[in-house]
Amino acid sequence: MEFKRVVVTGLGALTPIGNTVPEYWNSLINGVSGAAFIKSFDVEKFKTKFACEVKGFDAEGFLGRKEARKLDPFVQYALFSTEEAVKDAGVDFDKLDTSRIGVIWGSGIGGLKTFLDEVVNFAKGDGTPKFNPFFIPKMIADIAPGHISIKYGLRGPNFTTVSACASSNNSLIDAFNYLRLGKANMFITGGSEAIINEAGIGGFNAMHALSTRNDDPTTASRPFDLDRDGFVAGEGAGTIILEELEHALKRGAKIYAEMVGGGMSADAYHMTAPHPDGLGASLVMKAALEDAGLQPSDIDYVNVHGTSTPIGDPQEVKAITDAFGDHIYNINISSTKSMTGHLLGAAGAVEAIASILALQHGIVPPTINHFTDDPAFDPKINFTFNTAQKREINIVQSNGFGFGGHNASVIFKKYQQ
Amino acid sequence: MSDIASRVKAIIVEKLGVDESEVTPEASFTNDLGADSLDTVELIMEFEKEFNVAIPDDQAETIGTVGQAVAYLEKNVKA
Repeated sequence: MEFKRVVVTGLGALTPIGNTVPEYWNSLINGVSGAAFIKSFDVEKFKTKFACEVKGFDAEGFLGRKEARKLDPFVQYALFSTEEAVKDAGVDFDKLDTSRIGVIWGSGIGGLKTFLDEVVNFAKGDGTPKFNPFFIPKMIADIAPGHISIKYGLRGPNFTTVSACASSNNSLIDAFNYLRLGKANMFITGGSEAIINEAGIGGFNAMHALSTRNDDPTTASRPFDLDRDGFVAGEGAGTIILEELEHALKRGAKIYAEMVGGGMSADAYHMTAPHPDGLGASLVMKAALEDAGLQPSDIDYVNVHGTSTPIGDPQEVKAITDAFGDHIYNINISSTKSMTGHLLGAAGAVEAIASILALQHGIVPPTINHFTDDPAFDPKINFTFNTAQKREINIVQSNGFGFGGHNASVIFKKYQQ
Repeated sequence: MSDIASRVKAIIVEKLGVDESEVTPEASFTNDLGADSLDTVELIMEFEKEFNVAIPDDQAETIGTVGQAVAYLEKNVKA
């Protein structure tokens, strides 16, 4: 059976460094940090007092007060970035077979804020279970694609992928596979996350996962720097419209890139720590290359997981070294989390968008906040430190690794007829 | 308008996002004010909280309009 080809025809982004795709890209190539002191709750007693929050997002203005109240922020974000992507794709759903258009969405956690508020409310009471009827449908991680389908009337496959920080790479890969197999014509895919609240920051702090550089938040996310001390929590959403090539051509769609491969693996090692030799990470990059029918030497740029944690970054470099061999010296590597922070279940989506735009513009967004080389890393590796670099990019790979040992990696290529 | 009626109205305006002028005694939560089944449950809970009463499920089922809510509460809320 011959696979169908799959292309990217629409993008939408709501990120800590830009609320639209053009704003996001502009910040990416200019090395803008999205980190600042947290505004959404009182951080006084928290070890980490900063994060990469979405800025100037007006949920009530966008959705109306009644609708906004019924949606957790992770769903509000999903609807916002999806509206941009649908417009960008120039798609008129009334003219298409909506039973063959689906939504596959990634979220690592779902409605954590809703869960927190409802449980706190219960705990304050006398034990009488007075839960809001919207508690469960606001919180569940699958409700985002549900709402997207309701808004646009899309009756194709619809579900959420949950694999922590690999979630939206998994959503991309699932959508890609259904399209390749001819099971659908188009997917709205991507992911969203909204965990910057007391439970999210407190929970990740308890794991010692977050940077505590409270004296200098904008330089806290410093992947591959000697003094990196943890990730910086981010939030937001990224939407990618994937479409079967013939379907896209028939409606005269603008084509950003072709999705050519996806790989998945597991570390099978520890709940949260990555495999020290990068075994799962190496496997996943090789699996994606094999899926795409490519050689390591075909890759020009790797948008890495690179979260700025002491143990995560080295294992990924080991994995890339293992997967790419000497070609590692020819590629650009960068972690855009240095600017956006870590969007967890939305990371794969916003990083895929960064990768696709890098292809399109021939510019590699930088790994900002590099001050001191870590002797653990080969100095001949090009981490694209501090400033964006121009280069011809034909093929780009983007990695995502999640707690639980989930790994997923995606590959995009310049579209050619 | 009684104190109870005006407080009921305020809750409905807030929760259903409707204009005050739409909240007439005859207005049905579901047919006129755009409430779905979850909205209706939430409204009942808000009335319970606001007026410090417990509305049993079998009674809640008989409250379908603004007027029915006001009448029920006027009868059951201790002044």
